[in-house]
Amino acid sequence: MDKNMMRKERIDRGLKVRTEGIYAISSYREILYLLGPRLLLIVGIIALPFVLELAPYWKRVVNIMCVYALLALSFDFLANYVGLVCLGGAFFTGVGGYLSAIFNVHLGLPIYLSIPLATVSGAALCTVLLLPCLPLRGVYFAIITLMYPLLLTRVIEALDILGGTNGITGLDSFPNAYIEQYAIIIMMLVFLFGMRRFVNQDIGLVLRGVKDNDQSVRASGINVTHMKLLAVFVAAFIGCFSGAYVAHLYMWAGLSLFALDFSIIPIASVVIGGGGTLVGALIGSFILVPLSEILRAFGSFRIVIYCAVLTGFIVFKSEGIMIYLQRKYHQFERWVKV
Amino acid sequence: MSAETVLSIKGISKSFGGLKALSDVSFDIAQGDVFGIIGPNGSGKTTLINCITGFIKPASGHVFFKGKEITAWQPHKIAHVGIARTFQIMRPYYSLPAYKNLIIPLWSPRARKTGGWRGGGKHGDRDTVAVDILEEIGFERDSRVPYKLASALPTGYLKRLELARCMALRPEIIFCDEVFSGLSMSEIAGMLPLIEKMKMEGITLIMVEHRLRELFRVANRVMALNFGEKLVEGEPSFVIENKLVKEAYLGSEGI
Repeated sequence: MDKNMMRKERIDRGLKVRTEGIYAISSYREILYLLGPRLLLIVGIIALPFVLELAPYWKRVVNIMCVYALLALSFDFLANYVGLVCLGGAFFTGVGGYLSAIFNVHLGLPIYLSIPLATVSGAALCTVLLLPCLPLRGVYFAIITLMYPLLLTRVIEALDILGGTNGITGLDSFPNAYIEQYAIIIMMLVFLFGMRRFVNQDIGLVLRGVKDNDQSVRASGINVTHMKLLAVFVAAFIGCFSGAYVAHLYMWAGLSLFALDFSIIPIASVVIGGGGTLVGALIGSFILVPLSEILRAFGSFRIVIYCAVLTGFIVFKSEGIMIYLQRKYHQFERWVKV
Repeated sequence: MSAETVLSIKGISKSFGGLKALSDVSFDIAQGDVFGIIGPNGSGKTTLINCITGFIKPASGHVFFKGKEITAWQPHKIAHVGIARTFQIMRPYYSLPAYKNLIIPLWSPRARKTGGWRGGGKHGDRDTVAVDILEEIGFERDSRVPYKLASALPTGYLKRLELARCMALRPEIIFCDEVFSGLSMSEIAGMLPLIEKMKMEGITLIMVEHRLRELFRVANRVMALNFGEKLVEGEPSFVIENKLVKEAYLGSEGI
């Protein structure tokens, strides 16, 4: 048969349809179909530090990888579920990191208090600072949020507050390497599965409604600004936790916490991983961050290769890895006559 | 009219640049009315709805709901007191299934406060309530239609979904912005009983419509607009026979 007369048809696998309702528990096969990918991710990440036992340098990379994964998660949530494209990942990490340093160094709070406190108060602070920008939409919101970390950097530099260009040194480190590692791994998994649940709750649906059609949400008697505030708080919560963690990881809170990397790499991760899947954000950063480490060997040529890989992903798999994998997992394809 | 006035519009004006979209429009709507607003294209019907429901701030004039001024309130506050509206260009949440579209109004402070829907209160199951409302509005419960993505639904269902979104708020007044436009005759025939039913439930309806024949079957009062000015108001038969209305629709030379 002529290929031009055929088209590709995609059909859900019977197994997928069976696992949508209560029948998911009808046999081990169905249960495995549902749990398999989730267990693979959870067990894989938890086992990763043991696998890398012989390469201590790469264990550090795993920490950074998880930090970027959290930031990507926060970006994916805001951009693809609430419709706020926030380029201010660095704003969240900076505020979280500096607050954690203030709590730990200046106020003398122990690490297990400074990180949670910095997370909550940082999220509140970021939300208040972003409040004036919430009526903005689309590219305007994106540009404004890109400016915030730059603004705070200049303020700290110019006024020479919070240690100026030297930053705040002498933060407590984590009690041992395992706690350091598993603190971020466990929190990443908690945030991931928490967010997946959150966006399908009724309140999460309202947020998705804001993205789809904010006029309709207003006509339904819901204050859109309140909903956006809530969404920014949730995203900033995740971002500030990452920032506080990074500050304690390096035992230093400096201007590099506001570095553009924290804004841009998460976005690239979401693009590669597949926007709107949340898991894709993790997968994207699990690819990009190690890749960037491997490429260190190439010296200044590194950024060229990095960009080439990024471009390749965007051109050839623009839908994102996770969306591609989901499709292959849930559906099969066949050629049918037109 | 012996019934009590629920909505009173006094001297609403609005212009966009040099174009006078509305000039000094006033009317009263009584409890239980089905009030039709007619007029040729560009006569300011939708602008009038936008001004009343807060999506546009009127340049001058006042809107009173049960004696309380609600002029230029935020749209969500106006919806909260019980004035719902549909959009002429349907605005469903395309990425959500049809019944999940109703979770948003059911989650709103008004729906949570007034409850009313079976189990739709603070701890009720909103999914169940949403499917109930959709069934009332003409989505077959046992079919797959209520569970399809809104982006996969045809116009007729999207128009119903707009009405369902209003119904979920349990409003006192619904503004219907051209719910019949773009529908086939049989689809309209299916919609008319819904309008009748809302009327019987005591909801005050304000319908902007081009389909005059269908409108006059349900409306008890009609107002005609042209170039943002109110031409005439009264019984449907009186309005349609009015010379000014005929001129507005057919042009003045032809008569």
